Amino acid sequence: MERVEQQEPVAGSKGDAIRPPLDIQAHSEQKDYETIGTPFVTDPKMTARNVNVYYGDKQAITTISLDIGRNEVIAMIGPSGCGKSTFLRTLNRMNDIIPICRVEGEFCLDGDDIYADDQDTVLLRARVGMVFQKPNPFPKSIYENVAYGPKIHGLAHSKAELDEIVEDSLRRASLFNEVKDQLDKPGTGLSGGQQQRLCIARAIAVSPEVILMDEPCSALDPIATARIEELIDELKENYTIAIVTHSMQQAARVSQRTAYFHMGKLIEVGDTKQIFTMPKHELTENYITGRFG
Amino acid sequence: METTTVFLVLVLLTIISFFMGRKRSHAVTSGLGGARALHSLPKHYGYMAALWALLPALLVLVLWLVFEHGVITRMVLSELPPAVQDMPASQQGLYFNQIVSYAHGATDASMLDETQVLAAQHYRFYDSTSRSIKALLVFLVALAGAILALRQIRPALRARNHVEGILKWMLFGCSFLAVLTTLGIVMSVLFEAIRFFQAIPIADFLFGLEWSPQMAIRADQVAASGSFGFVPLLVGTLLISAVAMVIAVPVGLMSAIYLSEYATRRFRAVTKPVLEILAGVPTVVYGFFAALTVAPFIRGLGESIGLHVASESALAAGLVMGIMIIPFVMSLSDDIINAVPDTLREASLGMGATMNETIRKVLLPAALPGIVGGILLAVSRAIGETMIVVMAAGLSAKLTINPLEAVTTITVQIVTLLVGDQEFDNPKTLAAFALGLVLFFVTLLLNVIALYVVRKYREQYE
Repeated sequence: MERVEQQEPVAGSKGDAIRPPLDIQAHSEQKDYETIGTPFVTDPKMTARNVNVYYGDKQAITTISLDIGRNEVIAMIGPSGCGKSTFLRTLNRMNDIIPICRVEGEFCLDGDDIYADDQDTVLLRARVGMVFQKPNPFPKSIYENVAYGPKIHGLAHSKAELDEIVEDSLRRASLFNEVKDQLDKPGTGLSGGQQQRLCIARAIAVSPEVILMDEPCSALDPIATARIEELIDELKENYTIAIVTHSMQQAARVSQRTAYFHMGKLIEVGDTKQIFTMPKHELTENYITGRFG
Repeated sequence: METTTVFLVLVLLTIISFFMGRKRSHAVTSGLGGARALHSLPKHYGYMAALWALLPALLVLVLWLVFEHGVITRMVLSELPPAVQDMPASQQGLYFNQIVSYAHGATDASMLDETQVLAAQHYRFYDSTSRSIKALLVFLVALAGAILALRQIRPALRARNHVEGILKWMLFGCSFLAVLTTLGIVMSVLFEAIRFFQAIPIADFLFGLEWSPQMAIRADQVAASGSFGFVPLLVGTLLISAVAMVIAVPVGLMSAIYLSEYATRRFRAVTKPVLEILAGVPTVVYGFFAALTVAPFIRGLGESIGLHVASESALAAGLVMGIMIIPFVMSLSDDIINAVPDTLREASLGMGATMNETIRKVLLPAALPGIVGGILLAVSRAIGETMIVVMAAGLSAKLTINPLEAVTTITVQIVTLLVGDQEFDNPKTLAAFALGLVLFFVTLLLNVIALYVVRKYREQYE
């Protein structure tokens, strides 16, 4: 289960005659740096301070501090291997299951330290749910997929109550009408987009407060992607969402704030509109204008 | 020439043909811009020439070896006087064997009559002629094949496709041979079993409740008439296998779960090879471990709490057999659990499930069909296991399901029926083939079920 993020060498600002070439290597070796923009908000749902993550001897994240605001959608963008997925996974301690991974820093969810010794990952992950890159429904029926979380957390006290939770979750994931006649069919038989919505329904069935999405649309076609994006828009009424994405259009469409990661560092955070129209850091600008990434 | 020499020379010819073929492919394109003008690579022309030289010659050699002995025997026999030719087959065989062993110089002439000495000389002549013709024929065929192939070589010849085609047929031949062998074994067991069923009604065999295969071999012998009820053996086999599975399945499965889900990489790196060594211990070693250590221990333990335990108990044999099968179950289950995609683990853990819940509710259900398939394979191993049971479970064919008593199994009875000098026209000996046939069908059935389950498992996810 080793998952070492590879740091891909990033091409310099090639073919740009006006601007002096950016020394990316020098930048990545620099240990203390300042994140440009607004990493902190007034009403944070989650806070992360001075986060360092190591895979064995390799440092994957260098001194990142970031707040995630209540009921906002924050997009995390950056080239492959920049540490955005690793950072996302620290927020519900999914990195704990990787033996060689070491996490430093302070993380709070509504002011509670989530890495405290007495913090139970079971309860934490019930509050901070996750949707993965590849749709991963269990090889069980659609109903059982959604009922899985409520069952293990004892959220339903009767069959009727469980039915209600399942139906409600499927409705919120805008999947119910498509599958209501085949709840006993295997979830793996659905199309890719439906499977991902099933995974979202499964995640929201335990009523989490935060949903982490790790490139949820990268395995989907444009139509399925559009449906998921609509869904994210609806979900932000009730949930706080952090989404990692490779698609800058997607980040621009669904998020209110955007964070740009580069080689394990958080370079710039700001309002999505500002990041995509007036980036302050040269690296951010290079990335969003497609000079590399 | 000896067959080995013929074979070695044939190999040499093959190698030479390869180089000649390759060389010729260069030669035919010398005016056309070299090897680029060829349809295939030069080595394919070499392979083609080599295969043409080797395969027909090899076929001739094999056929010659198969039929050589029979033909010479018949030729020598036909020259013998009518008195010998009218002998009964067994006596004639003996007579002829004397000729052959004299011809090979193993005995001296004092034991033979004059006709035999003469026949031996004929035999020697035919034998040496056969060798010469064999060598000559093989070399001629090899040369003809090579020349034929070399003459065909021209740029447009599709040597690659040609070689691929020959190789495909060679591979087919090998797999066909395996099927043929299996079929041969089944047939030989089947025919002997049919002979047995001519003496003992099949219903008595399949439904009889008593097994005591002692029969009078000669008319003046006093012995039981023999009863061949197969049920006690089947029950004994199933009893011991059941004890073995009760040990092997939980221990094997749980250690597989521990190894694949909890163990650190270092622990796994040490433990897995150690458990695989357990699989490499010869079963005869397990056998005396069962007979000398485990069985007395169980008897002592049983007596200390006032139970009567036979000194050779089904429990002892089953326990040790279970230990033997643990690595088998563990290794199969470990592979299958590891094959469950990590994304499912992450999905479950990400929902806030504990490791334990993830294993019970996601991993095991996803892996279950595969695990069941593995367990069924292990059962067929337990049923076929012989050595441990011979040494630890005893020979008394008692119809019981009490694991503290001595029972016997199908395989043990096959061994005892065939050990020592036996006559093959006696139902007692033939019974072994009937048992073998039944055993074959039981394990076949289990394997079919296992394969069916495993195949279903493949469709489970993805």
